[in-house]
Amino acid sequence: MGTMPTPRVYMDHAATTDMLPEAVEAFVEQARRGGNPASLHSGGRAARMTLETGRDQIAAALNAEPVEVILTSGGTEADNMAVLGLYRAAREADPRRTVIALSTVEHHAVSETAEWLVAHEGAELAWLEVAEDGRVDPAALADLLARRGDEVALATVMWANNEVGAVQPVAELAALCDDAGVACHVDAVQAFCAVPVDAHLRGISTLAVSAHKLGGPMGVGALYAPRTVKLAATSFGGGQERSVRSGTVNAAGAAAFGAAVEAARSDLRGEFLRRARLRDALVAGIRERVPDAVLRGPEPGAPEAEWEHPTRLPGNAHFTFPGCEGDSMLFLFDAAGVALSTGSACNAGVPRASHVLLAMGVPEETARGAQRFSLGHTSTQQDVERVLDAVGEVYERARTAGLSGHVPGAF
Amino acid sequence: MRVLAAMSGGVDSAVAAARAVDAGHDVTGVHLALSRTPGTLRTGARGCCTIEDSRDAWRAAEKLGIPYYVWDFSERFQADVVDDFVAEYAAGRTPNPCMRCNEKIKFAALLEKALALGFDAVCTGHYAKVVEDADGHKELHRAADWAKDQSYVLGVLTAEQLEHAIFPLAETPSKAQVRAEAEQRGLSVAKKPDSHDICFIPDGNTRGWLEDHMDLDSGRIVDTEGNDLGEHRGAQAYTVGQRRGLHIGRPAPDGKPRFVLEIRPKTNEVVVGPEQLLAIDVMEGIRPSWAGLAPREVAALGDATDARSEEFPVTVQVRAHGDPAPATASLSREAGEPRLHVRLAESQRGVAPGQTMVLYQGTRVLGQATIDSAHADRPVVAAS
Repeated sequence: MGTMPTPRVYMDHAATTDMLPEAVEAFVEQARRGGNPASLHSGGRAARMTLETGRDQIAAALNAEPVEVILTSGGTEADNMAVLGLYRAAREADPRRTVIALSTVEHHAVSETAEWLVAHEGAELAWLEVAEDGRVDPAALADLLARRGDEVALATVMWANNEVGAVQPVAELAALCDDAGVACHVDAVQAFCAVPVDAHLRGISTLAVSAHKLGGPMGVGALYAPRTVKLAATSFGGGQERSVRSGTVNAAGAAAFGAAVEAARSDLRGEFLRRARLRDALVAGIRERVPDAVLRGPEPGAPEAEWEHPTRLPGNAHFTFPGCEGDSMLFLFDAAGVALSTGSACNAGVPRASHVLLAMGVPEETARGAQRFSLGHTSTQQDVERVLDAVGEVYERARTAGLSGHVPGAF
Repeated sequence: MRVLAAMSGGVDSAVAAARAVDAGHDVTGVHLALSRTPGTLRTGARGCCTIEDSRDAWRAAEKLGIPYYVWDFSERFQADVVDDFVAEYAAGRTPNPCMRCNEKIKFAALLEKALALGFDAVCTGHYAKVVEDADGHKELHRAADWAKDQSYVLGVLTAEQLEHAIFPLAETPSKAQVRAEAEQRGLSVAKKPDSHDICFIPDGNTRGWLEDHMDLDSGRIVDTEGNDLGEHRGAQAYTVGQRRGLHIGRPAPDGKPRFVLEIRPKTNEVVVGPEQLLAIDVMEGIRPSWAGLAPREVAALGDATDARSEEFPVTVQVRAHGDPAPATASLSREAGEPRLHVRLAESQRGVAPGQTMVLYQGTRVLGQATIDSAHADRPVVAAS
């Protein structure tokens, strides 16, 4: 237990992934060079150039124009800014528009912002249910828009889910919004540079991305927002970033974000297929060793077919292990040198039954036994084998420990 | 040994974990999340379950270079400690939730999980001592520092649990020494204030908390003759021995203060009277348990289902920081149901049903039982 086998296996890329060498290099270069991108002297202009190069690279990968990319402190700020801004703009234009349509599996960065608008600005939430595989049925949104279209301020749906990897039918959902004249925000934090993401799909109003999920640094994100979209300012001051995000822009971060995006999209297809194959081997291996384990989220098709029409993030494998407590398994995997996650967001590091699994209809007791394996750019076949070597014993032992913290029937 | 150190985020459990590491054990730190809705920051000196506390525990674990996890026992804690606390008050008794937590959470749910996951023992920052007798049986004793001694709240531990319990603070001469040691070890919790009172009532206002969590109906305050003295705001929220907060307008005929003598949940009455009527010298206890081997006199009963043991000399303590009182004890069984009888050498005041009596012989904890009734030799208070 105390002697950690080396090297450790990292299976938590959805939480954060190692910075790509290109990103580290770009970051360090700008950090050494220094300069405030808003300064008018040559040093400032050089920093501005670095920053704008980064923005260009991010925009190109999103199929957007550089002016449509607002740099933020991360995915959460981008999500907050979009939901607040789209809601207020819609309501200002038409006071009847108070409904926020959102999927039941949204990230807290979106759902908590929406809940805040309910508490403070008269919003009403219309939850879009997901199927057992975690995907939103476009018919549910069509139905809502048909019934209450003129009351909806915005719809917000993530491109891909952070826990079970389900890729949402974003193109269909955004098109429905467009037809109804309703704004549509997309949280693409997990999807960007893992699957093809196109911000110019018809109907998308705003789209949030984050650097550290794809090999860039923490503390940098971006919001795609066309010129016509009115956003809520999240900070006030010098008027940087279209006056919605005042504050000196993180030039080194932007340069590194851009470099990471550039590196990732140089072979997006190749990396997608490589990751999907590793993931498929992991899924098959776990099923073989622990037949009771249940893969949650969409059943992925063959890698090539998935690339054409992704249903699941290529690096995501998410299982529930019956009779096990997620934190027991996490502890046992950690002791065996494998880093992963129970999948759900946590406060004070407390794993709780995931709202995503509950929304998918998984019973609370089953949801407590969740483990998310997420692969990334450093993942290897050896990593997969190490997990498979450990999973049988981890499962047996966690089952013995049982649901000791759980009171049957209590929730 | 593989040791799981329960780390609250306070200084005691941090130093206890450090000493377990020094002793050569393979230590893993774990913080128990006990609240379903943890506060972000600690407020004042109280409470122990905020996110700030969890971070303090993590910092200490990092300093010690040991793995650290947060385990969620909030459901169990709610069911076994908080709900039980409310139910006991509702029945007119005065429970001790810290003992319940030791009995049901730390040395039950946590210990079971630890053993299943491959650990040999659970280590806590309690001030108490586990020693082995000549035959290798574990005994629970008071800590070296009687002022900090917490053996009372561990009185519920059984022989089996003692086998897997480590209390590294056993021999510590004082709390000040623990703080100095924490400082020396570079633990950031060295100056952190003590937590006390009940962790799930962070403002210390038990009565206010009970009002929020129970259906309290106002009723009558009566004297031992049944005379109506005024109105109370829910009998269950009073405690035997309580003097303040009765708000009786009329003074007693002799001008002396009045105390709560008895809670009658069935008739929703609070009985009050002069201090001398609080005096009791006989206590009866239910659900007894032995912290290690049972006393010889009890063991002599064997499997008999209807019998009463010889009396044996003890000192008995009825609250965490009370003085031990000399007494004699015996155990009876009626149809297999055990009952502990304790006769005090000198009468005591303010003993309430629901409290735990812990029996000692010298520094050794013999065991405990939950007080079911406490009365004077010749009952002074009618209909108890």
